[in-house]
Amino acid sequence: MNFDDYRGIWIYIEVKDGQVAPVSLELLGAGRALADKRKTELAGVLIGSGVKTVAPTLFQYGADVVYVYDDPIFEHYRTEPYMRALLDCCHKHKPEVILYGATPSGKDLASAIATDLPTGLTADTTILDIEEDTGLLLASRPAFGGNIMATILCKKYRPQMATVRPKVMKALSPDPSRTGRVVEEHIELHEEEMRTKVLEIVRETTKKVRIDEADIVVAGGKGMGSKEGFQLIHQLAEVLGGAVGASRDVVEAGWIDHHHQVGQTGVTVTPKIYFAIGISGAIQHVVGMQNSDLIIAINKDPNAPIFQSCHYGIVGDAFEIIPLLIERFKEEIPKVKAAADVKEEIRHA
Amino acid sequence: MLHIVACIKQVPDTKIIKMNPKTNTMDRASAPAILNPYDAHAVEEAVRLKKEYGGIVSVLTMGPPPAVKAIKKCIELGADEGYMISDRAFAGADTLATSYALTKALEKIAKQRPIDLIICGKMTIDGDTGQVGPGIARRLNIPPLTGVNKVVEVNKEKGYAIVHRKLEDGYEVVKSQLPCLFTVEKDINDISFAPLPNMIKAARYQPTIWTADDLENVDRKQLGLKGSPTIVSKVWAPPKPEGGKILTGTKEEQVNELLSIVLQKKELFS
Repeated sequence: MNFDDYRGIWIYIEVKDGQVAPVSLELLGAGRALADKRKTELAGVLIGSGVKTVAPTLFQYGADVVYVYDDPIFEHYRTEPYMRALLDCCHKHKPEVILYGATPSGKDLASAIATDLPTGLTADTTILDIEEDTGLLLASRPAFGGNIMATILCKKYRPQMATVRPKVMKALSPDPSRTGRVVEEHIELHEEEMRTKVLEIVRETTKKVRIDEADIVVAGGKGMGSKEGFQLIHQLAEVLGGAVGASRDVVEAGWIDHHHQVGQTGVTVTPKIYFAIGISGAIQHVVGMQNSDLIIAINKDPNAPIFQSCHYGIVGDAFEIIPLLIERFKEEIPKVKAAADVKEEIRHA
Repeated sequence: MLHIVACIKQVPDTKIIKMNPKTNTMDRASAPAILNPYDAHAVEEAVRLKKEYGGIVSVLTMGPPPAVKAIKKCIELGADEGYMISDRAFAGADTLATSYALTKALEKIAKQRPIDLIICGKMTIDGDTGQVGPGIARRLNIPPLTGVNKVVEVNKEKGYAIVHRKLEDGYEVVKSQLPCLFTVEKDINDISFAPLPNMIKAARYQPTIWTADDLENVDRKQLGLKGSPTIVSKVWAPPKPEGGKILTGTKEEQVNELLSIVLQKKELFS
């Protein structure tokens, strides 16, 4: 394997409902920095049906090249056809690095590609760097439930690959003047040879705010004592119009569904305000919320590590503090609303 | 009759593992070894399908000799047969080398009794990657179905399975040819209590144990540390954040101060 044949940083682009997934834009931002350091090109690999139209967006967010496989066979993500397309692209254009979002389909595809090439794959990366002269990718991630950080290297194989956690890297501000090269690719695939078929896609639109999209997340931990005690978390979230989050042990105790779990093995959230209540603050939890704008911790134990990871903390019993908070918010939030309405009226007058 | 193989792993319970603050290494003795929680759901689902359609459930693991305990746990859950591959040659394997070794063992199991379905947990709690299951599927050239949270139907006669795959905002219904491989989510089932006869069987059970030499057509260069493209170059404790401001005063004063901090973000409430 001659490493000099492998050039360029690639991002596997996910498209949903005609929109580029946020994680793909974040990866273009991270990839741009790596490509600049290596003085090489940043490419997006776009696989789908009717997806060609998003190429300009990818240029605006940092891509120099977009490889496109546009065919009805790629309508829904399926391992087999997507893998065949990406393998085809790898063999033709030989990238030095491929990054994928650590999403269900990103992880699925990356695992298959790594096995077939074969090459090394680092999962759930949170810090990326590259050696300027050797092109060695330094992919770091929390390991052992987030108790430690580990830097993983792939010295003997190319391309080097990593999946990257959503909401960790920063997308660039789009530059409408930026443009690039579209390379249309094609691979011969036949539907009747595909061994899987997507019969139906069911979107579960619950009334509740999606936790990774909420502006306010109120998260509770084992300190809430019981499923009944955890109801206070729900009540505070409701008053604030926020979503409910939870630590891993709360989910494992069955107090709330896995969808609400914040942390390394759950969801990463970056709300405007994050409440961590009765949560001790293990690294595994903190990695899932540390980029929130404002983190407020409430815990009985003054030595709880969560107080190291918050902006403001209250040392005290959640069962005393939260009812007080709920009562006061109920009084004050309508006043904030009223004040805003008055302003709005004045503006219109 | 279905032959379902669940691939499992014994892991340290990472929730309770303690760090040695001086050396930045994990004190493995501080954490008990358990059956990877996701794998328990894989075995449970295999046993559930066995009850529904009839068949045999085998479990396979790679690990040091004490990992027999994890196989016994699976027997308690209702598995029929246990296989373990154990050899120094497997040590230090990353996900690629692990899927290679497990695939060789699966090929040997399949020679004795053809396999219809392989079920893995979504990921392990010590590796946190979820890459081994899809890797095995690729090596066996069978479809990988990751993130399965419901099995609708397994039809051996007609050679297909229908499952729900979890998406970020719902699920998709997928039909796949058999044989195939599922990796399963935790919400696919609830772990049932082991009935007494299973516990008695498990206590006495001795799994089949194979070394690297017992497997066929093995390329030793692909095993263990040698066969692993990724290496851990550095391990460090995550940087300690500086810490926040602890509010003081009476309960009421603290609550009021917090209130004014939160309500500064007026736009969230208007």
